[in-house]
Amino acid sequence: MPDEPAPVTLKLKVNGKPCALTVEPRRLLVELLREDLDLTGTHVGCDSSYCGACTVLMNGRAVKSCTMFGVQADGAEIVTVEGLEKDGQLGPIQTAFAEAYGLQCGYCTPGLLLSALQLLGSNPKPQESEIRKAIAGNTCRCTGYQNVLKAIRLAAEHMAKG
Amino acid sequence: MYTAAFEYHRASSLEEAATMLSQIGEGAKILAGGQSLIPLMKLRLAAPSHLIDIGFTSGGSYIREEGRLLRLGALTSHAEIELSPVAQRIAIVHDCAAGIADVQVRNRGTIGGSLAEADPSGDWATALLALSAEVHLISPAGERTLALDDFIKDAYTTALRSNEVIAEIRVHVPDAGSGGAYICLKRAAPVYATASVAVELKLEGNVCRQPAIVLGCVGLRPIRVDGAEAALRGREIDDVALEAAGEAVRVAADPESDMRGSAEYKRTVAGALVKRALRAALGRARGEIVETSHLYA
Repeated sequence: MPDEPAPVTLKLKVNGKPCALTVEPRRLLVELLREDLDLTGTHVGCDSSYCGACTVLMNGRAVKSCTMFGVQADGAEIVTVEGLEKDGQLGPIQTAFAEAYGLQCGYCTPGLLLSALQLLGSNPKPQESEIRKAIAGNTCRCTGYQNVLKAIRLAAEHMAKG
Repeated sequence: MYTAAFEYHRASSLEEAATMLSQIGEGAKILAGGQSLIPLMKLRLAAPSHLIDIGFTSGGSYIREEGRLLRLGALTSHAEIELSPVAQRIAIVHDCAAGIADVQVRNRGTIGGSLAEADPSGDWATALLALSAEVHLISPAGERTLALDDFIKDAYTTALRSNEVIAEIRVHVPDAGSGGAYICLKRAAPVYATASVAVELKLEGNVCRQPAIVLGCVGLRPIRVDGAEAALRGREIDDVALEAAGEAVRVAADPESDMRGSAEYKRTVAGALVKRALRAALGRARGEIVETSHLYA
């Protein structure tokens, strides 16, 4: 095995902004977001594909950014929690989480917001069971999930009103 | 966590990936969605020195029904299968895809990757062994098709040769009057199951024909339970038959005690799951719409 594997240059669009990075292939997508692009809203919880704190959207779909090499996201559009606000205003899902107390310590919240965004993007009026299924990959140690469920229902209402 | 260092190669087709495997030789591994491989690499249980990424190839993700065959491209994600109306027609396939881990993992993970890893707690091998399924492999030397039962050799061990890539999974569509179900007991969505059961059967009137019962997570590879099938074959499935099948499953299961539960607990769980799966399969064989989901405890 070579001592230093050849770095790879990749292009991403992160929260609408194009960027190019040259990285060692073993670096994870979450590391590129946090360390190279300084987008520290995406959190590392378990680092083992369990907790979902690192969830981001890749081409519109929720993925665990701790379980992807950055090189696998070459050419992709990534949305992180930093991309949810517009012109300094919180987006509708963020507002709903604040209003419904859908968080306590907040560590898992960026991941939950992105999982909720995938759900509501494809299913604007989800059933309770569909909301539960959509966030099954996001662990929250504080809330007991009840207010998270409320927040996502509220977000659906906000988004329906436009 | 960092994986061991590796050289990264991007294949433009599965054929090119197979050629790269041949050229690089030892230490090369295929990367598809990475949902099994990356966790193994982070734990350094796998440390390939070269990864050949097939995630940028095109045409490897599809779900087609051709005649009596459901053809799934190896790069088809669990989510694509979950949402496919074509795949939904085979209940076991839908149950399996919809219940794998969580949304995030289903978006990235592929059916070919799951079979290639051959984790004894993986879902696809157990589910598909209750159907008649084959794995189509390509290599620079040619191609071959193996019955899934011959492909899965042991824990984390398949019949894949060092220069072969999985191209397609082929599932024979069950006859009319058939029904199946795949059910797991899990501690939470993202983790591997404690025990899993796949059941497929056909009804003629009320008489059970061609039962197939396969257990996952309770041995080094999925276990086909001949004793439970014999308890059902050629008879009406009543409570007595269900009990007999459950007992045969308890006996056939060969689990290890670990953090998911003791061996005795897992045997009991498998015996209970097979009865639930059989009831769902019977309803479906009669044309009823039976919703199933994994059990969380």
